[in-house]
Amino acid sequence: MSDSAFITALQLIANFDPELLAIVSLSLRVSLSAVIIAAFIGLPLGAALALYRFPGRAIIIVVFNALMGLPPVVAGLSVYLLLSRAGPLGEFGLLFTPTAMIVAQVILILPILVSLTRQRIEELHGEYAEQLSSMSVSKARRIPTLLWDARLALITVILAGLGRASAEVGAVMIVGGNIDGVTRVMTTAIVLETSKGNLALALGLGLILMLLVALLNGMAYLIGEGTKRSLG
Amino acid sequence: MTSLSLAHPTCMPRLHFHDVAYQAAGQLLLGPLSLQLEGNHRTLIMGPNGAGKSLLMRLAHGLVKPSSGHLHWCGHVPRQAMVFQHPVLLRRSARANLEYALAVQGCPRNRRRQRAMEALEHFGLANVTRRPARVLSGGEQQRLALARAWLLEPEVLFLDEPTSALDPAAIRAVEDAINTFHHAGVRIVMSSHDLHQARRLADDVIFLHHGKLLEHSPADTFFQVPATVQAKAFIQGELMD
Amino acid sequence: MTKTWLPVLLGITLAASFITPALAEDPVSTEEKAPFITLASTTSTENSGLFDAILPQFKKARGIDVHVVAVGTGQAFEMARRGDADSLLVHDKTAEESFVAEGYATERDDVMYNDFVLIGPKDDPANINSAESVTDALARIADSEAPFASRGDDSGTNRAELRLWEAADIQAQGEWYRELGSGMGATLNTAAAMDAYTLSDRATWVSFDNRQNLDLLYAGDEALFNQYGSLLMSPEKYPHLKHDLAAQWHQWLLSDEGQQAIADFRVKGEQLFFPNAATNK
Repeated sequence: MSDSAFITALQLIANFDPELLAIVSLSLRVSLSAVIIAAFIGLPLGAALALYRFPGRAIIIVVFNALMGLPPVVAGLSVYLLLSRAGPLGEFGLLFTPTAMIVAQVILILPILVSLTRQRIEELHGEYAEQLSSMSVSKARRIPTLLWDARLALITVILAGLGRASAEVGAVMIVGGNIDGVTRVMTTAIVLETSKGNLALALGLGLILMLLVALLNGMAYLIGEGTKRSLG
Repeated sequence: MTSLSLAHPTCMPRLHFHDVAYQAAGQLLLGPLSLQLEGNHRTLIMGPNGAGKSLLMRLAHGLVKPSSGHLHWCGHVPRQAMVFQHPVLLRRSARANLEYALAVQGCPRNRRRQRAMEALEHFGLANVTRRPARVLSGGEQQRLALARAWLLEPEVLFLDEPTSALDPAAIRAVEDAINTFHHAGVRIVMSSHDLHQARRLADDVIFLHHGKLLEHSPADTFFQVPATVQAKAFIQGELMD
Repeated sequence: MTKTWLPVLLGITLAASFITPALAEDPVSTEEKAPFITLASTTSTENSGLFDAILPQFKKARGIDVHVVAVGTGQAFEMARRGDADSLLVHDKTAEESFVAEGYATERDDVMYNDFVLIGPKDDPANINSAESVTDALARIADSEAPFASRGDDSGTNRAELRLWEAADIQAQGEWYRELGSGMGATLNTAAAMDAYTLSDRATWVSFDNRQNLDLLYAGDEALFNQYGSLLMSPEKYPHLKHDLAAQWHQWLLSDEGQQAIADFRVKGEQLFFPNAATNK
């Protein structure tokens, strides 16, 4: 079985199957968009959570930590109810579109980015706090400073988000609907092929997905190493 | 180097400690003590490890608040900078560290590069401009911290054991840098447990032991006729508990 | 502020554009220019490949794309009830008729049928191969307490299965009766793994590849007749839906052309769906 899966994967890649290409590029588009959007919200939010002290802070931290384990299906279902015609944002007609899938994945990975960023920034701030206080750097001004200085650690954080986004199927299945040529991504295609009993093809797609994720991680690693070498 | 001369304040601000004490977790770590820091000379805070030197300096700089008593600046609150025992440098190039300090102060963008380069040159760091700050040698890092402090144009400079982790050549370079500040009219407050360094640099000495202020006297007096047995023992290099 | 952010932004954008050169041309959206409807349908039709065969023909005839969201029949009704589908193609006639009666849909028509089949391990421990009726076959399974894998997901197939147990007057419960809560394909995979009997629609079974030790053991009883119907949603209840386009789809399915397309669809040489719009109309 695994042999034929491997061969199937190779054949798919070698043939440069246009349908596969569309599925792969949609997967990347959805997950990368979700990660970029979540990063723009989650990194500053995580840093702010690390720096500011206010009543209810502990509760927010615990909630975000807990949401790291949010089941994708639940995230998907919430977004479905939100975007459904009968839901509050129904009139935008976003259900069963890539946009809806991006929204669901943003919700799914935002807690990861917020929680891990908060943790990394708290560590770094422990080291920088006195120096920055000595220079009278305001809290708001510290956020970009710390984010930039923690950039190496944050690459790993972002990769953790990307990993979760590209691997999940529960959320995109519900809000995307796995529509052929429109919202079908790697993971939903794998589910479909499994339910058809095409286990070799399903596993082949799985291999390609892992290859892609490994490729993205490799690039991020190289970027990180480059930064480390050039900036210490 | 005309651009590097700092404006001499016409009137030096004075810092008053009034019965200042600091405790943490129910333990009294410093004080209560009263003292004044005035003039624009070089004050060395001395004492064995754990005497409260760093704490006194952080209280003076405003990094920590006293548990009781109060301290205030007579006149205006001066611009201050502090150099730590282990320099805290940003994970960027040497020059970017200086440019950051300038940016925080609101120095216009188009002037930052030039001022940073001047400071690097002045502190003998012109050849490491683009190097990541955190891979510089200990001495270079401490000089970079001093260059950064310089750009903040302080009236008072606090230094917390700035040379304790350095080799003799690096210590010399840092002491020269400290004197550069001194000659520019900057008030120096520095902690050290190195007697030789204190003899070289101190105008007056504050001697702490177990969180208590035992002496505050001109350097000559302190070294020649210390008033307390603890100071006498410390000066003679005895091991103290 | 901007100075520190700029490299971050640039880095991310660069990384993204390096990684996804294929995104620039975006093969999906070029085709998407055509008008489309969202069709809620069942996994059995999707998994068999029927839509892959007939949708291009419909597109060619009417220039309309059909976005198929394939879910269980229960979920398909819920989707439609919430106004998230322009049209429905499902197989639960009773529920479809009450859907119309309740005013959610205005029209329901037979489109095609296939049949349910009983699948089980080749050695057939309950001996249903020789059963006289589906009721008899189910009774034999229950008596022998051979494992039976039920969809348990409120799908059309699941509802049909429950009606069959009821008709056979058998309380389907006990350790041998396993409710999986899965789609048809997943249920077949599970049945294959645990040598269980299960009820499947013929289409999914024929196109299913991972059969292992499973075989078709019983079929042919009229009670196993599986009717598919197409529904038109109510314009009063759902003014936002694409009723015109959905009506075109509905009419095409019932037309000679659509019926022929269904009849022509074959998997491994076998016809899986039998058009019956004309006969019932």
